[in-house]
Amino acid sequence: MAENLTLGRQPRRLGLVSRRGMRAMAREMLAGYGLSIDVERDLGSYSVAVQQIVAIARAVHLSGKVLILDEPTASLDAREVALLFDVVRNLRERGLGIVFVSHFLDQVFAISDRITVLRNGRLIATTEAAHLDRVQLINLMLGRELEQATAHGQGGRAAGGEMLRVEGLGRRGKVAPFDMTVRSGEVIGMAGLLGSGRTETAEVLFGATGADSGTVRDEKGRIDLSSPARAISAGFGFAPEDRKTDGIIGDLTLRENIALALQAHRGWARPIPRAEQRRLAEDYVRRLDIRTPGAEKPVGLLSGGNQQKVILARWLAMNPRFLILDEPTRGIDVGAHAEVLRLINEMVASGMSLLVISSELEELVAVSDRVIVVRDRRHVAQLTGHEITTDAIVRAIAAPERDTEAAE
Amino acid sequence: MKKTLFASASALVLGTAASAQVVGFSQIGSESGWRAAETTVTNQQAEERGIDLQFSDAQQKQENQIAAVRSFIAQGVDAILLAPVVATGWDAVLEEAKEAEIPVVLLDRMVDSDPSLYLTAVGSDLVHEGEVAGQFLVDQVGDEPCRVVELQGTTGSSPAIDRATGFRNAIEGHDNIEIVQSQTGDFTRAQGKTVMEAFLQAENGGADICALYAHNDDMAVGAIQAIKEAGLKPGEDVTIVSIDGVPDLFQAMAAGEANATVELTPNMAGPAFDALQAYWDNGTEPPKFIQTESRLYTQSDDPQGEYDRRKDLGY
Amino acid sequence: MNGFGLLRRVAPQLLTLAAVLVLVTLFFPSFPSVSFGGDRLVGSPIDVLKRGAPVALLAIGMTLVIATRGIDLSVGAIMAICGAVAAFAVTGGWGLGVAVALALATGLICGLWNGFLVAVLGIQPIVATLILMVAGRGIAQLVTEGKILTFSDAGFAYLGSGAFLGLPVPAWAWILAGILTGLVVRRTALGLLIESVGVNLRASRLAGVNSTVLLLTVYMISGLCAAVAGLIVAGDIKGADANNAGLWLELDAILAVAIGGTSLLGGRFSILASLIGAMIIQSINTGILLAGFPPEFNLVIKAILVLLILTLQSPRLGAVAAGLLSRRRRADEAGAAPRSVQEAGQ
Repeated sequence: MAENLTLGRQPRRLGLVSRRGMRAMAREMLAGYGLSIDVERDLGSYSVAVQQIVAIARAVHLSGKVLILDEPTASLDAREVALLFDVVRNLRERGLGIVFVSHFLDQVFAISDRITVLRNGRLIATTEAAHLDRVQLINLMLGRELEQATAHGQGGRAAGGEMLRVEGLGRRGKVAPFDMTVRSGEVIGMAGLLGSGRTETAEVLFGATGADSGTVRDEKGRIDLSSPARAISAGFGFAPEDRKTDGIIGDLTLRENIALALQAHRGWARPIPRAEQRRLAEDYVRRLDIRTPGAEKPVGLLSGGNQQKVILARWLAMNPRFLILDEPTRGIDVGAHAEVLRLINEMVASGMSLLVISSELEELVAVSDRVIVVRDRRHVAQLTGHEITTDAIVRAIAAPERDTEAAE
Repeated sequence: MKKTLFASASALVLGTAASAQVVGFSQIGSESGWRAAETTVTNQQAEERGIDLQFSDAQQKQENQIAAVRSFIAQGVDAILLAPVVATGWDAVLEEAKEAEIPVVLLDRMVDSDPSLYLTAVGSDLVHEGEVAGQFLVDQVGDEPCRVVELQGTTGSSPAIDRATGFRNAIEGHDNIEIVQSQTGDFTRAQGKTVMEAFLQAENGGADICALYAHNDDMAVGAIQAIKEAGLKPGEDVTIVSIDGVPDLFQAMAAGEANATVELTPNMAGPAFDALQAYWDNGTEPPKFIQTESRLYTQSDDPQGEYDRRKDLGY
Repeated sequence: MNGFGLLRRVAPQLLTLAAVLVLVTLFFPSFPSVSFGGDRLVGSPIDVLKRGAPVALLAIGMTLVIATRGIDLSVGAIMAICGAVAAFAVTGGWGLGVAVALALATGLICGLWNGFLVAVLGIQPIVATLILMVAGRGIAQLVTEGKILTFSDAGFAYLGSGAFLGLPVPAWAWILAGILTGLVVRRTALGLLIESVGVNLRASRLAGVNSTVLLLTVYMISGLCAAVAGLIVAGDIKGADANNAGLWLELDAILAVAIGGTSLLGGRFSILASLIGAMIIQSINTGILLAGFPPEFNLVIKAILVLLILTLQSPRLGAVAAGLLSRRRRADEAGAAPRSVQEAGQ
């Protein structure tokens, strides 16, 4: 503890670190933070909240003018957050300027005087907190105006019968148990802020994260989702959010990346002949308009949009019945964006069911038959048919707790 | 291996009469066949003399040896045999033994302590071994010219340096004998064979090689195979002399495929017990270094019989 | 990869091998001569093929393990165990067939153990295989009871020092094992799946690749290769030397893979290039023995040559060379595969 606080500035005596001086200095630094703790114990033995406060104390001691807190509450519970906020308010009284970076909106409103919204690396707005409500804030974050409601574009799609029934599926610490039904030939949108449990939902559904409760059934009975390979056998597919680390195999060629899931499903002993792989690759290069010098190009060298199309091609080659797309249009250019949306519509038209997770609300509105809203690792609302508008989604995301839902 | 040694040693301890002299033996470990044979022979020698031998295997660690010696002192044994794993760091524990008036005899290896701290040291003279091997070759070839290839031990180890020196001492002045190739075979059979193959290549398919001198028998055994595979007759086309006296080389000699070996006797304990007996009986101080015999065995020394005698010693 | 692509992949290794052979010949002019003696070819090149067998065999398994971003430090110890097991069986009068089968099974079990630690328990490969590397020699010594277990079985000795159709049996062993493994990984989808796991384990799992089975498989192949190498080494000296058999050979095998241009970070691999790497190392070893330098220089000479080879093959230097090359080539290369494919493959 004392070592952490004084690291690099240890009081010295005769050229050696003075442990007594170090302890005194540490106690002095911690004074005024309302903590009565033993500076001799290992820092790791204290709670994360205390560790955060120690980090703050060290930072304040270093400069004492401006304090930047980057997601300080990410792993704290409510009581610890309150403790931390007391410390932060106390520091504000002392005249420090504090920058509080967070995606927890309640906390932002609770502690901030002014709110600055950044999106895609750009400054969007800086406003007095008092002049802003949650819906406005979320609109700023998502880049859209409340009034500009996009019409729901999928009224005419005829979804088929129920294909999958998810009951109480969940994983502690990742996503609370949820129910869900999937009909064949429909697009389920999923909206929510980053870290709200969207990706976790997808990973539990795909077996990438083992579920600790609940079941998934189809008309034949219970489906084993204990691993991605099992999920794929059940006709599932998953294009993950982070293409670079979870999606593409960068050093392998476009051809190999497209053939990978199909090959893994067939097993190593039944190789897809080279000519067949090439035909498959060239077929999808043409159908999805993948811009590449050839099928033998390492996929890591392609642009983001083309990488996304390669992953889509990998799953289309499997012909899955249920495909999960996590942020399919993130970080790809406008042209590719439109093509991905066109592809989604094509896939659904062929009878495939999709779960599309996206931060782009108009995209969800445009393609979805239903939209599930996720907040704080829970599925909190479901919008269907004409309810699907961007402002309805924004309101559902923004609703802080049950008691304010009357605002909807 | 270690387990069986332990078992036999402790069985020995339990089975011996309480009135017998008790000797503690701190052995390095069992890193080589020779070391295992030394342990076996030491047990045999103690049994023959009715000595109660307390055995301790240090598993190559000096701290284990020091602990064992201290425990022997605490038990009040009549003498301690010590095969030291390293040369330095023994002063304190040897002084403790001296204060307790327990004589210490060093086996096989020396220490860097004052000679007054131990009764005597029993060991072989590595240079002398090389000289015996060299002398055999000198006698064997007479005035004929002879091109010798040498398989050295691990580069920089004291047996490799001393056995090389001794051999050169012996052939000095005999200009007909010339060492034409010299490489390390790391004391292993596999490297002995590999390096010998290279020697054969380098020396006109082996036709130019008159004799092989190997720093240990294991390398010689490997080299014999290489010579056979090159279509030559080891022991006839190439004279083979090496050092150690392990059973496999006696077998090769019995088959006529090797000519001589200089025995590094595993019986260090015999001379040690003799010196101790004289010391216990009438306080006779032995010399500070008792050199074991470096006996030369040739094909005329009943190699088959020597093999049979040695094959169960644990080599 | 087609024939031309394969040749381009191994071109740096072939050039290096040629350079080493030329260098050795400068010091020992009769190095390249091969003659027919009795039932077999004799000469230094044949010795290289034979003596390089253990490292070449280990390099086959090591290439696959490294391609999955792993490493197998235990192969030298597995050689000692398998040699000891076979020698024990053959001296016990169980016959050569049983001895070989037991040794191969032992190698597979050792590989399974490593694979279990890596794939199931998730221990880092370098730590997981270190366990058997340290314990393995002890196990081998238990089998041989600490001595060199000598045997006289002619069939077993044939595995190490016999000749078939003029070539030493060990040379056949690694050449056939190389071809067989090469066919298995390239004619099935094993190679693709190994590479995909090596490049991006998480993405491969999400694409449905069963990485656990795959990792178990490559460590078992590595164990099997080590078992064959152990048999050859034991057969060669008609004895199982638990202390010395395969000692430090795991490092030579890793070096062979590195010289073969397979990245230790996993991904693209080439068994052929690793085998050429093993031959480069053995040519250096044999050359040093033939050149007649004092033994004190052996390791220094080897280290300098290896440093030189790895420096010449380093990606930085390669990028510079590729830049110079492509400037010339750009004009006439329109339809061929882009250079970057080759670069990514190395």
